[in-house]
Amino acid sequence: MTEEIIIAGFGGQGVLSMGKILAYSGIMQDREVSWMPSYGPEMRGGTANVTVIISDVRISSPVLTEYDTAIILNQQSMDKFEKDVKKGGLLIYDPNGIIRKPVRKDIDIYTIEGAKEAAKIGNSKTFNMIVLGAYLKVNPIVKMENVLKGLRKSLPERHHHLIPLNEKAIKMGAKKVNNVQKHCC
Amino acid sequence: MNEVKLMKGNEAIAEAAIRAGVDVYFGYPITPQSEIIEHLMLEKPHERTGMVVLQAESEIAAINMVYGAAACGKMAMTSSSSPGISLKMEGISYIAASELPCLIVNVVRGGPGLGTIQPSQSDYFQAVKGGGHGDYRLIVLAPSTVQEMADFVELSFELAFKYRNPVMILSDGIIGQMMEKVVLPPQRQRLSDEEVERRYKSWATTGKTADRERNIITSLELKPERQEQHNINLQDKYKKISENEIRYEEFNCEDADYIFVAFGSSARICQKAILIGKEEGYNLGLLRPISLWPFPSNIINEIADRVGGMLVVEMNAGQMVEDVLLAVNGKVKVKHFGRFGGMIPSPREVFIAIKQKIIGGKNGK
Repeated sequence: MTEEIIIAGFGGQGVLSMGKILAYSGIMQDREVSWMPSYGPEMRGGTANVTVIISDVRISSPVLTEYDTAIILNQQSMDKFEKDVKKGGLLIYDPNGIIRKPVRKDIDIYTIEGAKEAAKIGNSKTFNMIVLGAYLKVNPIVKMENVLKGLRKSLPERHHHLIPLNEKAIKMGAKKVNNVQKHCC
Repeated sequence: MNEVKLMKGNEAIAEAAIRAGVDVYFGYPITPQSEIIEHLMLEKPHERTGMVVLQAESEIAAINMVYGAAACGKMAMTSSSSPGISLKMEGISYIAASELPCLIVNVVRGGPGLGTIQPSQSDYFQAVKGGGHGDYRLIVLAPSTVQEMADFVELSFELAFKYRNPVMILSDGIIGQMMEKVVLPPQRQRLSDEEVERRYKSWATTGKTADRERNIITSLELKPERQEQHNINLQDKYKKISENEIRYEEFNCEDADYIFVAFGSSARICQKAILIGKEEGYNLGLLRPISLWPFPSNIINEIADRVGGMLVVEMNAGQMVEDVLLAVNGKVKVKHFGRFGGMIPSPREVFIAIKQKIIGGKNGK
């Protein structure tokens, strides 16, 4: 099993840390992992993306141009990465701010109202964990217990009191994820 | 001790340096390798091992600080990215001429000039053919994983002190910035001044004692006869290194019909291209030079006897391909495929390139 994922959105949305938590969760499940960020003159408000690979075997290229899963969190990223999802692959997006919806018919498409649910929780920073929860519901490549272990590993100790809140957000995402299309061909 | 961590390549180098018992790091920040000095500063190695970490006023100052520290028999290192490494070249030539051990890390970005901050491999020539002036060689190691970024620090110092020669780790923005699993080496003690004196008093400037002559560290010798002899000695040393320190990794080179030759992150991309090839019925392999100097010419020459051709994949306009051509010496077709200026070739692009440039009309066997 090799799962190749791109997570893309605005800088400041927690794209890179979501990838890091996913990668750490993979390690906790004894998988090979890689985390390759877009790096550059990006900053808060600019675009940010990260390629995460979780695999049973040694990982070859950490940089890819086609993905099993795309997690899309803004319009620019939709425009850029929708076409790069493998046939039969998975696209998850937050409809908030998406003007042009995905048009591919040969992939599975899910939505998660991450921004809206984060507002309900009362902490906008839980956004990325809601999205992560949605993804792991659709494709449970890592177990919840390993995600929590991964959270503990990737968060500095002074933030460990936030782990229950993050867990709540992940479960919220799993509950609220919405299937809008199964691939047809 | 064997805790698995998720680290960036840059962080892994920095942490491995602390654990290897490195005495001093001098550097100046530049993307995409600034995490090296950031990690060193955050970890306060002065408290952990007594290691000195100093942000110098420039890259030139940093390499000359390394020169001074290495002359005292200390484990000294610096790191930078391409434009910064160019600035260090004068100092590197002096250190090589003075036969001092040290580690220089280059996390390569696209050039020439200030270029771009995105990854590249366009400093291959600079690293393996000179870069600075004069007939000198660096031992050059090319990691392709975060684990190797960590492992090569200790290896570099081992080789640097064994041959009293500067060693370069030639990495790039991909390996520097990406995170992977890494198992860190155990913490080693730094050598005491007494231990340094005991081990290196034949050459290091550890303070003259009554029982020995002064050790003089210099790269200057105005008498050409003596300078020629110094050059002959250097060449003898380089020959010994060439005979003993070649490192490489083979993937499916035994059965492959055609192979890639690639180092560092390009080798990772080629591994994926091999998988794509397999799905389409092609039997491909990869030879990954780990030591770029000394270069694994003999094994490449041997493989040339049994494959139909080789594609050299590099993130540059064609540099290592010249060494592969020399190694193969006309036995089989060798071509180059590269992206440059910070562009990264995709695995599929690389697979298509080997089909078009090497395999041609024939299908995989």
